[in-house]
Amino acid sequence: MIWSKEETLSRREIEEIQLSRLKETVNRVYEKVLPYKKKMDEIGLKPDDIKSLKDLSKLPFITKQDMRDTYPFGLFAVDKKELVRIHASSGTTGKPTVVGYTKNDLKTWTECVSRIACMGGASKEDIAQICFGYGMFTGALGLHYGLENIGATIVPSSTGNSEKQIMYMQDFGTSLLVATPSYALRLAEVANSMGIDPKKDLSVKIGLVGSELLTDAMRAEMHKVWGDDMKITSNYGMSELMGPGVSGECLEHCGMHINEDYFIPEIINPATGEVLPEGEKGELVVTCIKKEGLPLIRYRTKDITRLFYEPCKCGRTFCRMENPSGRSDDMLKVRGVNVFPSQIEEVILSFAELGPHYEIIVEREGYSDKLSVRVELVKSTDSFSDLEKLTANIRYKIKTVLGLDVKIILESPNTLKRFEGKAKRIIDLRNK
Amino acid sequence: MFSKQLSVFIENRKGRLGEVLGVLKENDINILSLSLADTTEYGLLRIITDNPETAKKKLSDSGFSTMLTDVLIIKIPHESGSLQTLLTLLTENGINIEYMYGLSVNGEKASVVLKAEDALKAERILTENGVEFLSTDNI
Repeated sequence: MIWSKEETLSRREIEEIQLSRLKETVNRVYEKVLPYKKKMDEIGLKPDDIKSLKDLSKLPFITKQDMRDTYPFGLFAVDKKELVRIHASSGTTGKPTVVGYTKNDLKTWTECVSRIACMGGASKEDIAQICFGYGMFTGALGLHYGLENIGATIVPSSTGNSEKQIMYMQDFGTSLLVATPSYALRLAEVANSMGIDPKKDLSVKIGLVGSELLTDAMRAEMHKVWGDDMKITSNYGMSELMGPGVSGECLEHCGMHINEDYFIPEIINPATGEVLPEGEKGELVVTCIKKEGLPLIRYRTKDITRLFYEPCKCGRTFCRMENPSGRSDDMLKVRGVNVFPSQIEEVILSFAELGPHYEIIVEREGYSDKLSVRVELVKSTDSFSDLEKLTANIRYKIKTVLGLDVKIILESPNTLKRFEGKAKRIIDLRNK
Repeated sequence: MFSKQLSVFIENRKGRLGEVLGVLKENDINILSLSLADTTEYGLLRIITDNPETAKKKLSDSGFSTMLTDVLIIKIPHESGSLQTLLTLLTENGINIEYMYGLSVNGEKASVVLKAEDALKAERILTENGVEFLSTDNI
């Protein structure tokens, strides 16, 4: 089922909506958001210069750093009293990035997620268990309101307590699961350990997975444990843009449809900022054209992907983005948590016993990601307890910063590879 | 009287200990005693050599993490119960031993290398009780 008629508009109609909303948004931010006005004035650009969609590329980019620099509300286009909700990114270095929603923004968000849930096969018949962490993170509440809007019954079970999750699924007859792919696999494992076969004993037939990349291998693995007939789709979003609901996969599995009446996507060369032609791989840049609270223009997502514009077999005309194949910065996603090597580096540099070189290794152990950090011990000791204390302290500090448990591997000086150019600190073995 | 013990951090990797010993051989450094302990991840080699300063420098230059520590090399009679007598003396004076390993047996005398938590106090108590120490020069 297709939730909204907008999803099947012709390209011309989509572009008409986009242009009029873009003009309106640019006018508004120029008037109300000082950092935008400054950026535009610097390059001598006036809102009236935006006459066609092609002119979008004249506008300056906005980055996560701009959001940090204007923390917390500097890029907001409405007065605080117009806001009805605040969320913050899972970003863990220093201050988070803060996002805010007006009443209309929440309606927009709900609409966008409703469409994506429908694309994945959800309907009012479903009992939807949301196994995303509720809180400042946008994932849970985003899916919550979207699914509730289409009439599904929400089980807001959040994360953790996996046995209880399985019990709810069994007792309530959960038919739709919202989780990260790795948690979906973990839940099946827990069910098995309770003597429950998810394929036979549970009725979960739809999986809306997100917040983590759904690789083909993960999808195959999910089918293996949850059943071949499970409809598994991934969806994409980020709090800066709105939360989940920017794009979602339909059952044709040929990319994620971007809600183009609310967002204009572009693909750029991350090094030069130049806009790339259709079908080429580059960094996704998104402009919000119907947001009131935080209408980011040309936001650099840092995700590397491609866009396809030919209409989909499902009947939707909105363009599709490929599952992101990487990042233009070196961010890692581990168990749903954003990890920047610089965060780990900061911790390592705070220990006099360690050299400045390190290597981050991510592996998949069972269904969970495992993070190890190799460091060089430059100051030895004569006692094991010193070494144990040292590794425990490093682990504790990293846990404080990232919220993730890591394994510390001590090495002799000069063991780790040195780099002349940009250091390659990350070894990601998960999809190997 | 303290002696210098050299500790070397060694990852649990094939051939690492051999590399350490190779460096010592190249520089004509003799090992008088050693203790090698390991966990699943790494090991610590503690050695008493005839030239600890040079050994440290050469091993550091070869990319090993090293440390010099003051330890006591204690002469004890080569007979049953002598080590226990020594430990009782330390225990009665509230001194904890961090680690200890045997050094050599020479005629009627044996010796052990000992690192105490309170090294200065250990040295004082042992000296007061007439215990003899060895240095790396006169082993």
